[in-house]
Amino acid sequence: MTDTTSELASTTTARPGRFREFWSSFSENRGAVIGFYVFIAFLLVAIFAPLLAPYDPTQQFREATLQPPVWQDGGTWQFILGTDAVGRDMLSRLIHGARYSFFVGIVVVVLAATGGIILGLVAGFAPKWLDTLIMRLMDIVLAFPSLLLALVLVAILGPSLLNAMIAIAIVLQPHYVRLTRASVMSERSKDYVIASRVAGAGRLRQMFITVLPNCLAPIIVQAALSFSSAILDAAALGFLGMGAQPPTPEWGTMLADAREFVLRAWWVVTLPGIAILITVLAINLMGDGLRDALDPKLKRS
Amino acid sequence: MLKFALSRLGTFIPTFIGVALISFAFIRVLPGDPIIVMAGERGVSPERYEELRQQYGFDQPIWVQFWDYMTGILQGDLGQSFVTNRPVWDEFFTLFPATLELSLCAIIIATAIGIPAGVIAAVNRGKFFDRALMSTALIGYSMPIFWWALLLIIVFSGNLGWTPVSGRIGLLYFFDTPTGFMLIDSAMSGQDGAFGSAVRHLILPSIVLATVPLAVIARQTRSAMLEVLSEDYIRTAKAKGLSTARVNGVHALRNALIPVITVIGLSVGTLLAGAILTETIFSWPGIGKWMVDSISRRDYPVVQGGLLLIAVIVMIVNLIVDILYGLINPKIRKR
Amino acid sequence: MSLLTIRNLSVSFATSSGQFRAVDGVDVDVNPGEILAIVGESGSGKSVSMLATMGLLPWTATITADQMSFDGRDLRTISAKERRKIVGNELAMIFQEPMSSLNPCFTVGFQIREALRKHTSLSARERHARCVELFEMVGIPDPEKRLKTFPHQMSGGMNQRVMIAMAIACKPRLLIADEPTTALDVTIQAQILDLLTGLQRETGMGLILITHDMGVVAETAERVSVQYAGQKVEDQTVQGLFETPHHPYTSALLSALPERATEKHLPTIPGVVPGQHDRPAGCLFSPRCKFADDTCRQTPPPVQSAALGHARCHYPLTTPEEVSA
Repeated sequence: MTDTTSELASTTTARPGRFREFWSSFSENRGAVIGFYVFIAFLLVAIFAPLLAPYDPTQQFREATLQPPVWQDGGTWQFILGTDAVGRDMLSRLIHGARYSFFVGIVVVVLAATGGIILGLVAGFAPKWLDTLIMRLMDIVLAFPSLLLALVLVAILGPSLLNAMIAIAIVLQPHYVRLTRASVMSERSKDYVIASRVAGAGRLRQMFITVLPNCLAPIIVQAALSFSSAILDAAALGFLGMGAQPPTPEWGTMLADAREFVLRAWWVVTLPGIAILITVLAINLMGDGLRDALDPKLKRS
Repeated sequence: MLKFALSRLGTFIPTFIGVALISFAFIRVLPGDPIIVMAGERGVSPERYEELRQQYGFDQPIWVQFWDYMTGILQGDLGQSFVTNRPVWDEFFTLFPATLELSLCAIIIATAIGIPAGVIAAVNRGKFFDRALMSTALIGYSMPIFWWALLLIIVFSGNLGWTPVSGRIGLLYFFDTPTGFMLIDSAMSGQDGAFGSAVRHLILPSIVLATVPLAVIARQTRSAMLEVLSEDYIRTAKAKGLSTARVNGVHALRNALIPVITVIGLSVGTLLAGAILTETIFSWPGIGKWMVDSISRRDYPVVQGGLLLIAVIVMIVNLIVDILYGLINPKIRKR
Repeated sequence: MSLLTIRNLSVSFATSSGQFRAVDGVDVDVNPGEILAIVGESGSGKSVSMLATMGLLPWTATITADQMSFDGRDLRTISAKERRKIVGNELAMIFQEPMSSLNPCFTVGFQIREALRKHTSLSARERHARCVELFEMVGIPDPEKRLKTFPHQMSGGMNQRVMIAMAIACKPRLLIADEPTTALDVTIQAQILDLLTGLQRETGMGLILITHDMGVVAETAERVSVQYAGQKVEDQTVQGLFETPHHPYTSALLSALPERATEKHLPTIPGVVPGQHDRPAGCLFSPRCKFADDTCRQTPPPVQSAALGHARCHYPLTTPEEVSA
């Protein structure tokens, strides 16, 4: 990236090799590959939810409330994973729930990463007073426990899934700012950046074209890990009644509804939790693999 | 060392003012007029409304309100709860020991299991135990803890009937709580079975709260140990003829603990966030549940004061961790 | 009777692309009070054979030997616990990187006292006195104060002195010094070597000096063992070796010394030490040897007699004239 003029030519030839190299070191980690395939499976479920789900997720079968899954006494093939307290099909609700979780993950990561990267770049390049100001602000946000801050933000904005996503994005953003600033700081003193400055590259060009691409590896890893924490936090907010509102088939909200049946109908409690756990686990497995493959410095072993 | 502590304090004060400003600002942008909310369903006459506005200082310009708020904080006055009319400060300190007791138990569980587990995994790198342990840790790390709590309740309270579902102690027991720590108070009360009841109430919430920090500590200990075990000074320690236990447990662990201590300190924030969910599920009368209840009741002074106090606790813990980091890392201490 | 006897030692490591043989049929003999130098390029397996003796190799290493005994005790069958009673006590080792070989979290005094506590029955007060005495022996000024410092607060040379003090703390009968001066400034190197040889004379311990520096060998050692690609290729007294090297590799090493250069350009040995996948069928040095013929390339060479310096060569050099030819 030192030579900015021949950049296009060099990237088109370099990309496939780099990707293959990345994939070979990523696929060394069996867990990461499993995580990746599970993630793809969930992504497909989320995209094709209306086609896959046997029923509408809000349709109530009043004659069949709290019916157990098919393999247990009293279960039928009509409702494979049973029904909840008002007779809605669990399977359909879980399938639709995947949509919300992925939506939350993507929106939160995009919001938090965009804001965080820009602030981090600015802090890394700005004069000392602005840098200090930004970092102090981030310290302030980080002083509040994330879930508590998200709760208060949702209380201000009003409880809904969209507001929950905004709140979670705000809470997760300081991590991106710190990460980006740290990488920018270490890259800025390197020869290729000085070379580009000597060659007359403007401030913006230096920030986004010279430095940013070289800081991306840890940011991508952070994105994968915050995708999973976004899903967890959104579910937690839903569980506390501050996220998606009933009858939305969001997994956390489903769990909140199911609380009173904890000791009577295990499936309404167990199944949404398993869905959250498997999704988050798959993403974290993938994130670990990404970290090992992308960033040898962060490699754990 | 003193210089280091002073520079840390230098960043502490502006952050504190910022935190106070934010918790103050939140309340001004919350929807709904605080006085209407406070009056509740009975409503309020226009004269009384005006009177209350003056009493709480809402008629003053915003910067005067902030100034009053800040001077109040410095005198230990955080306002009064709209709901109970008790000072926020008093409410916080009656409830805080419950959260502290729970958090301490959780962090003790997480550290006591996480560090040895990470060490054993690192020493047996690549073997079955290492793989099993690290898979378990990743599951723990990915666990939605509110669901985990429900599962434990189903198994241990529902199916097995071993543990109670909510509260800190059985309803049969009445005694003074001079320390606020139920384990100590119940043991001092001398009542038969009181201590056992307190333990049974504490066990599930502690496990739930410990889950994520435990996974994080185990993973961090393992990776720090792996890094340290390949260092030259470990070879030197072995060349001295020291036992494996001493090489791993003293020479390697002492170095590996430096990053682990940081992680433990940083998990205090996680712990308080986790306490919100854990306390809500187990009806544990601590500050997490208090905050959730106050937010849903729109009890503004409590939300404002609670936010500030919790943030200050996190900041103080981070400060302690920083200083501790300097103490256990001789390279920083002497520079 | 010799202090350390090793016969036909082989060490191989399990790597992702198969077994890698780092040490191949090496013999070592050290008598009490003798200074033996082991010389070779990096990758010649000189450190590995000594680490194997100390029992410091990772579990990926497979060690085989016909004989491996220290002071009459068989190191092959000894239990880990018994070995730890010898290692650090009668048999000590110092390493190449003094800065990273000391634990940064403990004071140097603690690290020396630890060795004393493990192997001696001295009281706390006696241990401290011994530390002060050791620091004076290795030439560290102001011992009382220096004992309380951390490794990173001292220079590399000072740290290497600490390492030496730690190694000789329990009065070892054999000290193995693995490239003790390589990581140090040139001006410090001579001091450390003088210190080591001085201590050796004072205490009468055996000393194995692992090095790649022929100059160091000439100044300090009595006997030299030359290793190449995991094999011992020659074993002679220092004087004999510098006068009449019997193996072409030794000869080439000596002519690469600047002091011995006869031409304008310093002679070098072409090529590199063979790695895991390009080991020749015959003599391992044959690809780089100017005397090599087809026999050398196809048949592994025999070990010659003691008079010919145990040279592992088909055509050992016998006269100084032949060497310079």
